[in-house]
Amino acid sequence: MSRQAIIRVRDLRVGYGDDIILDQVSFNVYEGEIFIILGGSGCGKSTLLKAIIGLIRPYSGQIVVDDEVVSTDDETKLQGVLRKVGVLYQGAALFGSMTIAENVALPIEEYTSLPREAVNTLVRMKLGLVNLQGYENHFPAELSGGMKKRAGLARAMALNPKILFFDEPSAGLDPITSSELDDLILHLNQSLGTTMVIVTHELESIFTVAERIIMLDKKAKGIIAEGDPRYLRDHSQNPFVKQFFNRRAIEDGRGGKPAK
Amino acid sequence: METLPDRLKSYAMGSLTVDLKEVDYLDDFGALVLSELRKMAAHGKTAFHISHASDKIKDLLGLVAFDSLDHEAPVGKKKRSPGAFVRLGEATLQHFSGLKYAISFIGSVTLSFFHVLLHPRSLRRGDTLLYMQRVGVDGLPIVALISFLMGLIMAFMSSVQLQQFGANIYVASLVSLAMTRELGPIITAIIVAGRSGSAFAAEIGTMKISEEVDALFTMGFNPVLFLVVPKLIAALIMVPILTLFSDLFAIVGGLIVGISMLDLTVNSYVAQTIKTLTLFDVFWGVFKSGVFAVLITWIGCLRGFQVRGGAASVGQATTSAVVSSIFLIILTDSVFSVILRYWG
Repeated sequence: MSRQAIIRVRDLRVGYGDDIILDQVSFNVYEGEIFIILGGSGCGKSTLLKAIIGLIRPYSGQIVVDDEVVSTDDETKLQGVLRKVGVLYQGAALFGSMTIAENVALPIEEYTSLPREAVNTLVRMKLGLVNLQGYENHFPAELSGGMKKRAGLARAMALNPKILFFDEPSAGLDPITSSELDDLILHLNQSLGTTMVIVTHELESIFTVAERIIMLDKKAKGIIAEGDPRYLRDHSQNPFVKQFFNRRAIEDGRGGKPAK
Repeated sequence: METLPDRLKSYAMGSLTVDLKEVDYLDDFGALVLSELRKMAAHGKTAFHISHASDKIKDLLGLVAFDSLDHEAPVGKKKRSPGAFVRLGEATLQHFSGLKYAISFIGSVTLSFFHVLLHPRSLRRGDTLLYMQRVGVDGLPIVALISFLMGLIMAFMSSVQLQQFGANIYVASLVSLAMTRELGPIITAIIVAGRSGSAFAAEIGTMKISEEVDALFTMGFNPVLFLVVPKLIAALIMVPILTLFSDLFAIVGGLIVGISMLDLTVNSYVAQTIKTLTLFDVFWGVFKSGVFAVLITWIGCLRGFQVRGGAASVGQATTSAVVSSIFLIILTDSVFSVILRYWG
């Protein structure tokens, strides 16, 4: 692939306490692509995401984001990395005491010294990107789940990040809203060229938006499949991958009852 | 059903067969009856059979894993807990890591505080004013009421004793001195711990659970600077002011007892109060309340940041914030008393 790798993860080992969740994980994310990290529940998808954005300290290994090493020890360097990324959290993580406009304006006001009017215009443009015009003065509690996610996305994009991270964007959304969110992600990726890294296990979204995926597994503590999801669905030899893409329970020979 | 085992015994059968030919519907309670029968049969060393079960019933028995019901781990029994020594070790380690975190939290709060002193523009002024209102203005009525009643009670109790010596006027000295030096700061601090320390812990804890703290971090904010410093500064300004109000209202409480029950005049009461109190007493109380304000904010925010998991953890953090700060307030106050005793 001729494209530039924007995120490079090498021999990553992360965990909590004595539990090692991921071991020897290496992969690249290329500039401008939509990259999905998927896997069953509890396999370390969100942990991997948190390690990449410097929220947890890996036991060993190296993560490079846009030619800068992510290190939890060097705060100024980490700040530099964080300036380039935006994160949409699972519950949108909007600040409940602020209106939608104030939420989006928060990072803009912190990092720029634009006059109030200009910030407001910028906020309206960001909200326009996610189709939330007219909701500037609503509080997060007054919005539906899908609208909250979109407001969170507007805040994540406030400083025009090069990379956007999504932690389970479709969790808790109905199929229509979640496919609208998928369309929005695709649209933003095409029009802005932002690299997107998405953690999910929603099959529909995977086939709609993903260019490349990695699949993590709890037992293997690492990547068990990498590549185009459509190709993997049809050609993978790994039984877990096959079952995942064909949405089948793991059978234990007793009338289709899922194994424990 | 309860007499069945004895009856089974008296028959002393070789085998027990349950005929389900007529049964066309069976749910899990039916399966429970079958399972109990099987247990009795096993107890009496009788063979147990089910005959003529329809496919539907067999299906249901398969779904509830009827065949392996008696062998599996009983429901409601947790995994065996580790031995006392293991638990003691785990608890010790946990406390030490908690202590480590608490100390590093002091460090980051101090750093952020000095950062704000050097760069006053980085203080979130709106938040600070909001917390000043919540800690100070909103807390004033309850602080005033409780201090007033404390002054009243103290004057009333001491008057009973002092009246015997005709030393009525010393009620004024007792109330004013005890309140400004000891009770005013302590009462105010305990009320603020209950009102605001718990609120700090709950607020930060909830933000932690909904990943808002992570979001702050990834947006490039320092969560301590953003969340703790405004609360700290608000408490540092408001708690000493509340303490002064507390002193004042307690003296008014004592005054009312003095003029209504002890035949003192307002003038003589006030004059005696002024004669007793030195500026040092007032400043000492105010200084202590400043220290208490720091303790309350520190513990409240620390407990908030320590929240892990779910709603129950927020509740624990809130409780622990109040209990720990009250303990620390009393402890610090005793240390201060000892220091003053040998120094002053």
